[in-house]
Amino acid sequence: MSYAQRGMDWVRALPKPAKIVLWVLFLVFLFALPLLNIPFITTPDSDFGGVLFTVSTYVLVALGLNIVVGYAGLLDLGYVGFYAIGAYTVGVLSSLHGSWPWLWTVPVAIGAALISGILLGAPTLRVRGDYLAIVTLGFGEIVRLTLVNSQWLNGAQGISNIPRPPGAELFEVPSLDWSSGAPVVDLSNTTTFLKFGITDQIPYYWLALSVILLVLLFDKLVKDSRVGRAWEATREDEDAAELMGVPTFRFKLLAFALGACIGGLSGALFAGKAGFISPDSFVLLLSILFIAAVVVGGAGNRWGVILGAIVVGYFPERFRDFADFRVLVFGLALMLLAIFRPQGILPPRRAVRAIEADEKLEALEEGEVRV
Amino acid sequence: MQYLFDNFWALTITGLTLGAVYALVALGYTLVYGVLRLINFAHSEVFMYGTFAALWVVTFLGGNATGSIAQVIFWIAMMFVAAMAMSGLIAVLLERFAYRPLRKRNAPPLIALISAIGASFVLAEIMGLREKITGWFGLDTPLATYVRNSRNNAGMPEIITPQPVFTLGDYAVTNVDIFVIVGAIAIMIMLDQFVKRSRLGRGIRAVAQDPESAALMGVNRDRVIQVTFLVGGVMAGAAAAFYMLKIGITRYDAGFILGVKAFTAAVLGGIGNLRGALLGGFVLGLAENYGSAIVGTEWKDVVAFLLLVVILLFRPTGLLGESLGKARA
Amino acid sequence: MLLEVNGLCVNYGRIEAIRDITFSVEEGEIVTLIGANGAGKTTTMKTISGLRPVRAGSVMFDGKDITHMPSHERPVLGISQSPEGRGCFVGMTVMENLEMGTYARPDRKSPAVKKDLERVFELFPRLKERSNQAAGSMSGGEQQMLAMGRALMAKPKLLLLDEPSMGLAPKLIQQIFDIVTEINSQGTTVLLVEQNAAQALKRSHRAYILETGEIVREGTGKDLAADPAVKAAYLGGDV
Repeated sequence: MSYAQRGMDWVRALPKPAKIVLWVLFLVFLFALPLLNIPFITTPDSDFGGVLFTVSTYVLVALGLNIVVGYAGLLDLGYVGFYAIGAYTVGVLSSLHGSWPWLWTVPVAIGAALISGILLGAPTLRVRGDYLAIVTLGFGEIVRLTLVNSQWLNGAQGISNIPRPPGAELFEVPSLDWSSGAPVVDLSNTTTFLKFGITDQIPYYWLALSVILLVLLFDKLVKDSRVGRAWEATREDEDAAELMGVPTFRFKLLAFALGACIGGLSGALFAGKAGFISPDSFVLLLSILFIAAVVVGGAGNRWGVILGAIVVGYFPERFRDFADFRVLVFGLALMLLAIFRPQGILPPRRAVRAIEADEKLEALEEGEVRV
Repeated sequence: MQYLFDNFWALTITGLTLGAVYALVALGYTLVYGVLRLINFAHSEVFMYGTFAALWVVTFLGGNATGSIAQVIFWIAMMFVAAMAMSGLIAVLLERFAYRPLRKRNAPPLIALISAIGASFVLAEIMGLREKITGWFGLDTPLATYVRNSRNNAGMPEIITPQPVFTLGDYAVTNVDIFVIVGAIAIMIMLDQFVKRSRLGRGIRAVAQDPESAALMGVNRDRVIQVTFLVGGVMAGAAAAFYMLKIGITRYDAGFILGVKAFTAAVLGGIGNLRGALLGGFVLGLAENYGSAIVGTEWKDVVAFLLLVVILLFRPTGLLGESLGKARA
Repeated sequence: MLLEVNGLCVNYGRIEAIRDITFSVEEGEIVTLIGANGAGKTTTMKTISGLRPVRAGSVMFDGKDITHMPSHERPVLGISQSPEGRGCFVGMTVMENLEMGTYARPDRKSPAVKKDLERVFELFPRLKERSNQAAGSMSGGEQQMLAMGRALMAKPKLLLLDEPSMGLAPKLIQQIFDIVTEINSQGTTVLLVEQNAAQALKRSHRAYILETGEIVREGTGKDLAADPAVKAAYLGGDV
């Protein structure tokens, strides 16, 4: 058992009020993180608020992809396609072919991603798992190539002048300054609550963090429901699940569609913050990094994939010298993980039980053991 | 549509030359799928390394368009030897480090796919970072010709100038076209005979059809798997050499699109089926050219991807069926 | 002693498939393992061929410890198995299947192979008729003959036959057992796994009875066939 897992078990064992206090403290810490300017953690080469926003999109995407890969066991290598569809829906409606405010475009973006998820999933989810990986890979590339080639979507030039999320300028929040070695409140370096501007990226991080919390809540509700159990049964043994009366195809499609929704939502957030999108923002590499986030962290465990997303999103920003090598390093990490720890850093607790069940099934299939 | 009719023969011949390359690469996917039941995602990089080996050896030998016949034959021969050796080596290393450790642990196929994706990125990035990596050892200056601007396109000097040999419609078929198509078919016939007649080839078929029975007959599965990767790699190397003769440009990420297309060709013909790979390669090469003539060249890759999706949906066993490994249900 | 199995334990994951079984086969014998479905017969056979890893105990063949020898090296020593469910290479012709039998023989290029092929064709004339047909297109009985013929092509000292009568018509079963006896009389030692206990006991020199992974009884074929408990459990009256 890893330290991370031991830590989680320790938290689980706490009494309820202590847990709630711990959670609230943790949330406050998370929201305050960009203001604290903690040495070492804060990125020296790029704006920390912006980095935290990037990490948050990775977390969001990873949570969405986790539903598909972790819960339903479907390897989706074209997840960036949904991300792109979300972002482009926002771009088209708010800037290129319309002038909707950003907020109104978000539900449409989610809807568009949902529809494309169903359109892709309905025919393809019946094919074998490894084929599905290649089909989705093809889907991601088709989306990108369509963006590049379509005049209506402005081709390779992309879409600019995407409006920002609505905000209000209510009050100033100060930040900490560590330059003297100890933290000092720095009143000259403040963030306006809640102004979505160009220079100060921190409010975007707050927005993204809030969305993550909502998605997490949703994720927990779904996972603990009948749906979550159906996914689990489907992932572990599709035939057996089908025999037990689980309509596996419908549940796989549901996972695919929900995953697509969250992908679209992440894309919409990204478009709202960046103000500019082009096909170059949606290369295949992103899909692979998303998969890396989920697999590295531990597919099926929401805390695991969040950890994975932080690793994938944060480290290249913190260690800029290493940015050139990040794909190489993630490639190596995927290989090493597959070999030494295929269940990820923080595997779901189910995985252990599932492995035992597998062994038993194998023995039964060989006809050598009677139950 | 008119464009398609006006350029029918040009589209057909270029479709066949590309199709020959797809088919040779597709063999690697099909062979490995046959014995291991998994998609060797990193096979595209095996091809890419072959293109660089071809490029480097021609550059090293000072190949140019004005060589004598003997020189040209020597350059082409060396180019094929280098590309096939390089790709074969990369394929064997891939098996050793990305697949064998997983096999020893009985990992599920999706984990193997993850490992292969990882290996694919590692291989591509090593090529893309070769300037930096050689720099660590102070070799970037002496090797500048080979490693400079490692993220950009690298071009090979032309060693045979395409010369029209005969005309079909109003397209002049060149010596390069003929060499690529005929050469690729010849190599595939040799492979077919190897798998059918040689002892190791039989071992490959036996493992593909029933690994346990094969072991009972004394077939060393690890050895067969290694040979399979080697043979698939050598085929990809040959494809890479043909590709460099025809296209002449490569890059660290040149494998990806070609790999997906070759995989499409393998699935189209029926994965696990050697003749299917040949058929699938040619059909894909042609379909892609005709298709892009109708909807526009910029959609060429989309046509290929769509074809893949459509085949997987409507005929996942391909045109000729999955023959190497039909045995196991 | 040609084959000695000592205290053998084999697991599937955490589940014990066979537990501490000990038995032996003498040169020239036909020995049978009898037991119900799930008793561990096939696991025993696969372990002798090296397809299953051993948890404890040992397997000795011809005085050599082969407990942990890789499966593909065992045919070279003279162990050849016709597996349960036949395991023919369905995409190959009958001839190619038979040639696969010689894969591990050091003398696979010598004229001796041709003689062995003739011997197999004598035992199974059907295979000769069908030598260019794909194995997958043949009937179950023909595939059984092919699996046995293929195993014989390895020129084994010990022939392992796993359920050769499974799924065959009664007439064909009789024929298969006749051939087993014939093979044995030509000098090949046979270890047989059968559910068709009546026939198997009649043909074997000795037999062992397996129940849920353990050997519960052993004796000569004749004695066991006459044993009332064995009769009740395995022979069911219809001999």
